[in-house]
Amino acid sequence: MTSEKKRMLGAGLLVGLLGVVLVLLGNPKNMGVCVACFLRDIGGALGLHRAEIVQNIRLEIPGFILGSFLAALAFKEFRPRGGSSPILRFFMGAMVSIGALVFLGCPLRMVLRLAAGDLNALVGLLGFISGIAVGIYFLKKGFSLGRSYPQNKVAGATGPIFAIFLVVLALVAPAFIFQSESGPGSMSAPFIYSLGAGLLIGVAAQRTRLCMVGGIRDMIMFKDNHLLSGFAAIFVVALIGNLVTGNFNLGFTEQPIAHTNHFYNYLGMLATGLGAALLGGCPLRQLILAGEGDSDAMVTVMGLIVGAATAHNFGLAASGAGVPVNGQIANWVILALLVVIGLGARETIRVKRAHTKNTGKEVRA
Amino acid sequence: MQYTVDARGLSCPEPVILTRQALNDKSIKHLKVLVDAAVARENVTRSLLQATGKQPQVTETSAGEWEISIKL
Repeated sequence: MTSEKKRMLGAGLLVGLLGVVLVLLGNPKNMGVCVACFLRDIGGALGLHRAEIVQNIRLEIPGFILGSFLAALAFKEFRPRGGSSPILRFFMGAMVSIGALVFLGCPLRMVLRLAAGDLNALVGLLGFISGIAVGIYFLKKGFSLGRSYPQNKVAGATGPIFAIFLVVLALVAPAFIFQSESGPGSMSAPFIYSLGAGLLIGVAAQRTRLCMVGGIRDMIMFKDNHLLSGFAAIFVVALIGNLVTGNFNLGFTEQPIAHTNHFYNYLGMLATGLGAALLGGCPLRQLILAGEGDSDAMVTVMGLIVGAATAHNFGLAASGAGVPVNGQIANWVILALLVVIGLGARETIRVKRAHTKNTGKEVRA
Repeated sequence: MQYTVDARGLSCPEPVILTRQALNDKSIKHLKVLVDAAVARENVTRSLLQATGKQPQVTETSAGEWEISIKL
């Protein structure tokens, strides 16, 4: 086994373990770590939506960004960059969020739900794989959001500064910040553990490039199981953790923060898988890239937050009771929009800039 | 024939897709791939090793930019 592979398995082990431990410390069930849910809670805390049960400044999120930032600085990988279709990325981020809230979880929570025996997540996983397969089809047809270019340090620092701002807001707790008093938003691990776990995962994910979408994408596209091994490690460790701590409950019904509408569990995750494949990474990966100075990824994170807030404002988000009609319609609308983007966004600059110095021959992209 | 893929600034997995497409062209005997991110450098290197069985040569051309070179 290569040292690269060992590190990847180590990162998966850490994420799986912390996913279980954070629940024991107070996070909602099967939600030790969920990027979509936590960004939604942050959006609620900032007052972007008024769903009272999901408002909380989840410190795991700034932890991810700052952990990645510190690791990137330490390994000289902090590289301010941007300019690759930011507005498309913003709206695609929003669509990924809406798909995830129809299913009730980002790809990472999907794995954690599966590891707790929630079979609805298996249906979600099938949708996720289908969505990535569609994304690969577009990528092979020449889909591209275009090149990013080096930017100044101020632009690159947007992600880390936003993360520090969130930590300060959580510590100061000014009156304009909303905090749930009941429901999932009221349940969280003590802040030092949330932030600490976030930092650890942020460092590990930055070093290994752990990505839920990348795992399945590389396996289908290149028969490369490198990233998928991290995904598998999260599942195995969380499964063992849940069995040991008695949080394992196999079945479709009575699963925490989940619904049993198979069709929309599938379709919601299909939209998320497709959107994230086109974005080049899952929501967790976007936070990590934002920490490395990628301002396009930070724009995507903003899109994820706005999408999640919209999902609650417009009554699109699912709940234990099921998927509201608005959410079902939205799911089809975002799928249609993602197909338009998948077909329409092509890179023309690539061919021009790929002109080689040595041969004068162009890359047939 | 020598051939260069400029994958600078492209998101995952485009650098690897372009590299694989270039590998399909059998007239290319010397392939160079330009990247400007550590993750693209790792992915392209791993992909070339996996596809050809040969270890490509990686040179840092300037700070944060690499040229990955392989003789086919």
